[in-house]
Amino acid sequence: MDEEILQEFLAESMENLSQLDNEIVILEKRPDDDDLIASIFRTIHTIKGTCGFIGLTGLGSVAHATENVLGRMRDRELRVTPTSISLILEGVDEIKELLHGLETTGQEPVRDNSQLIARLDELMQSADGDAGDVPVESIDVPDEISEAPVEATPVTESITPPTVEDSKPVAAPTNTQEEAVDPSKKSISDLSIRVNVDVLDSLMNLVGELVLTRNQLVQMVRGDDESIFAAPILHLNRVTTDLQEGVMKTRMQPIGNAWGKLPRLVRDLAQQTGKLIELDMRGAETELDRTVLDAIKDPLTHMVRNSADHGLESTADRRAAGKPEAGLVRLNAFHEGGHVIICVDDDGAGINAERVRQKAVENGILTDAAAAGMSEKDLVNLVFAPGFSTAKEISSVSGRGVGMDVVKTQIERIGGTVDLTSRRGIGTEVRIKIPLTLAIISALVVESGGYSFAIPQLTIVELVRVAAEDRHKIETINRNEVYRLRDRLLPLIHLDRELGLDDEHAGEERDVNIVVVQAGDEQFGLIVSEVFDTEEIVVKPVGHLLKDIAIYQGTTILGDGRVIMILDVAGIAAQFDGGSITTEAERQRGEADQEHAGNTTTMLVFDAGEDSTMAVPLSLVSRLEEFPTETIERTGERMVVQYRDNLLPLLPIHPTASNDATDQVQPVVVFSEGDRSMGLVVKEILDIREEPLVIRMPSSRPGVLGTAIINNKATDVIDAQYYVEMADPDWFQKKTQSSDERVLVIDDSVFFRQLVTTTLETAGYHVSVCNSAVDAVEAIENGEHFDLIISDIEMPMMDGYEFAQWYQQRSDDMRAPLIALTSLSGAGLESRAQQAGFARCLTKLNTQQFLSCVQELCHQRGRQGASA
Amino acid sequence: MSQSATLTAPSGSADSINDQLDYLNQFVSFSVDGQLLGVPVNSVQEVLNPQSITRTPKAKPEIAGLLNLRGQIVTAIDLRKRLKLPALEGDRQSMNVVVRFNDESYSLLVDEVGEVINVSGETLQPPPRNLDAHWKPITSGVYRLQHRLIVIINVTNLLNF
Repeated sequence: MDEEILQEFLAESMENLSQLDNEIVILEKRPDDDDLIASIFRTIHTIKGTCGFIGLTGLGSVAHATENVLGRMRDRELRVTPTSISLILEGVDEIKELLHGLETTGQEPVRDNSQLIARLDELMQSADGDAGDVPVESIDVPDEISEAPVEATPVTESITPPTVEDSKPVAAPTNTQEEAVDPSKKSISDLSIRVNVDVLDSLMNLVGELVLTRNQLVQMVRGDDESIFAAPILHLNRVTTDLQEGVMKTRMQPIGNAWGKLPRLVRDLAQQTGKLIELDMRGAETELDRTVLDAIKDPLTHMVRNSADHGLESTADRRAAGKPEAGLVRLNAFHEGGHVIICVDDDGAGINAERVRQKAVENGILTDAAAAGMSEKDLVNLVFAPGFSTAKEISSVSGRGVGMDVVKTQIERIGGTVDLTSRRGIGTEVRIKIPLTLAIISALVVESGGYSFAIPQLTIVELVRVAAEDRHKIETINRNEVYRLRDRLLPLIHLDRELGLDDEHAGEERDVNIVVVQAGDEQFGLIVSEVFDTEEIVVKPVGHLLKDIAIYQGTTILGDGRVIMILDVAGIAAQFDGGSITTEAERQRGEADQEHAGNTTTMLVFDAGEDSTMAVPLSLVSRLEEFPTETIERTGERMVVQYRDNLLPLLPIHPTASNDATDQVQPVVVFSEGDRSMGLVVKEILDIREEPLVIRMPSSRPGVLGTAIINNKATDVIDAQYYVEMADPDWFQKKTQSSDERVLVIDDSVFFRQLVTTTLETAGYHVSVCNSAVDAVEAIENGEHFDLIISDIEMPMMDGYEFAQWYQQRSDDMRAPLIALTSLSGAGLESRAQQAGFARCLTKLNTQQFLSCVQELCHQRGRQGASA
Repeated sequence: MSQSATLTAPSGSADSINDQLDYLNQFVSFSVDGQLLGVPVNSVQEVLNPQSITRTPKAKPEIAGLLNLRGQIVTAIDLRKRLKLPALEGDRQSMNVVVRFNDESYSLLVDEVGEVINVSGETLQPPPRNLDAHWKPITSGVYRLQHRLIVIINVTNLLNF
């Protein structure tokens, strides 16, 4: 058998067959589409004819039997029914199997098809009405076609001319067909030739090298207009660019090629699961580089399968939920700023975050506690976590051992991103963003710390230059730099610091170059020392010893032969979130953390609704309650619940926190003082954690003291007093009759300073604060008088003991009593504190005990003062 | 869309058995901090004079950076750092022994490159027991030459860190 003819036959048949699945699925929906039947018939007929010519008997007989059935359908002698379609699809599958076997072994595989052929024959012979008097072309037309490829085969580029002829009877009505499955258009292309993919790949590589050499030459003559090479190099430059674009174009393919198999897949899936599924595919013509296309084929298939199988509910459930019976899976592809966006969404039930959480815990991906602290969006995205096996729901359809983690890895490998959003009861959307091409990209070359780096142009939003005299426009929040860019606050990162390089211009008054980059949905500014040109660079992968470094996406060789690293902006942003960026502020905070080590606070972590996690020191909490929702009564604006013969005023921390559904329980955090209590309504109690509490970002929002990292998550720490006041505005008023006593609070922790201050101020004391014992010493030395001093023990520079000793040595008869307020515990603590001169030693922070102690000491002192 | 299958003869080593046998006894020798080391000659792609090396911030300290070898990007490994030896003093520059491993090229930065040493007739001795712990995994063994010892580097282990 002539090898060349065989290859040609295989290639052509495979191409036609890939269209066939779709056509047959459409035929099922539009059984009266004569053109479609004719087209399907032709494809099979061509295969049959060629088989006869090159002696593939097994393949020929399957094709023949399938063709017979199609012929009867075409002649309207056989009705198009789901059963007959299924059988035809089986026939097509068998043909594919045989072709695959042929391709791999070069021999026609020996398979027993007798049963299939018998079933096809049976269907063919089944008298199904004798309606078929429709004037379709007589049988001899297809016969001509069958000869066509045979005649054509010796000449490599042909296959096509005969089809032009044959399509005449079909041509007129074609414009009514769907664009994605227009077989006649594809095969009529007179102007196309078949080229081996390897040839294109090696062309691409050669162009890559050419681009590099071009860059090198351009660099050489840059700035030298006199050079005799200038003009030819300019020309070379242009031609190279055109050539590069041309070669890139040869590799571009419509994305429709990647999802050609999906209609069949969804159809089969609908049959197996008994669901009604509609597949809506848009933007099939969107073009992509073929390497990218290859890489997304499997992930896409997997996602569609997932949407159809797991995403969509059963027909009964959909009816119950008041949705249309047929579930919708939608694929949409389009270009957006040099990227291709592919959305796969369904109108199914959405992802059950709770089940994801359980599964993640079962599979050991998360600890119970960690899972409890996660927001719904984070939980949902856990489906991408490695090891998040879908074992429980494996079905013949989607259980192929391919997890969503593989999808994510594959997309990320080609520089794409995956984003999943799910809304319960409404549906799930997965949005994939991938680059158009991988091989040659346009990049901005910058310098930082004395080294050059390339930043892909696609990630760059704009360049901002802040003149040296305008440097003050770069502002800081807790030593982190930000820049007001129009209506936004742009976080800034010094690239040299991020990379651990020296700032060669440290201390110099110079202009600041900010490269504003986009990573996912956020923008930030990279401060670099120099900005050079934009160059077309050829991306080379990083070696295995460097591939784990998230901040690089590849390497390249510049025009002057230098190797430079291509920065991965998303990777830098990820480091930013993970907190591994070692800015000055971070380092200092790190030190602060160490001082707080061993100084832990037990925090109650809860879900405040609206995806936000909040916390409050457990010591402030009186108890946790769960009230059945129906027992909660509303009087006007206020919510109350009857509790132990009393009314407990309730206040939702956030409007969405309260649960309005009946037959549920409403978690409430109760704060009490004396016989008064109030309940803070939260969405869910998540966890109790013992961790060092460091307020990293003080807040100006009412009710929030600031943000702390609890369980590796940014968590707002609430000001309990604020809510207590809100619930019962006159709670504290009753106490404010007291005193003008002056109290000094010494604590290095912002949080406790603020907490203690609020507590004392609402109780009517005048409060001064010092953030270290050293400051306190200075204040006292400056002659400030206090009626009571409350000091932390663990503090940098001078601790509470030292402070107390110093204070006791002062020759001041009006020395104020000292209270030690600490989160330390231990046997010797109290005696040591008393030795040092503290009147009392209290633990952080039992409000009631604390206030009564303060009151008592102030009272004693008042009496002493009066008697003195 | 369709990728036509073409049959080609397995590419690569067309070397005769004899050549291969001979190569097994040959080692490219080089010195690092006075110690003579060697790698199998068939793992060496080429030997280069000092090259300009691009640093790769945030990479492991043993990785000196990347260099451009006729359009091919080569990862440079600082052998002194890898072997926990002091850095090269003064402005002496390292030579490059470029080795091929797992379809990637690596340049071993060494002080000086010596000749190709044929050890036929000798047997490879296991690394002595008192060798430093960080040397042991990257040493295949030792050959006794007439006047000195040559330590044979296990390239696979050397490049896995």
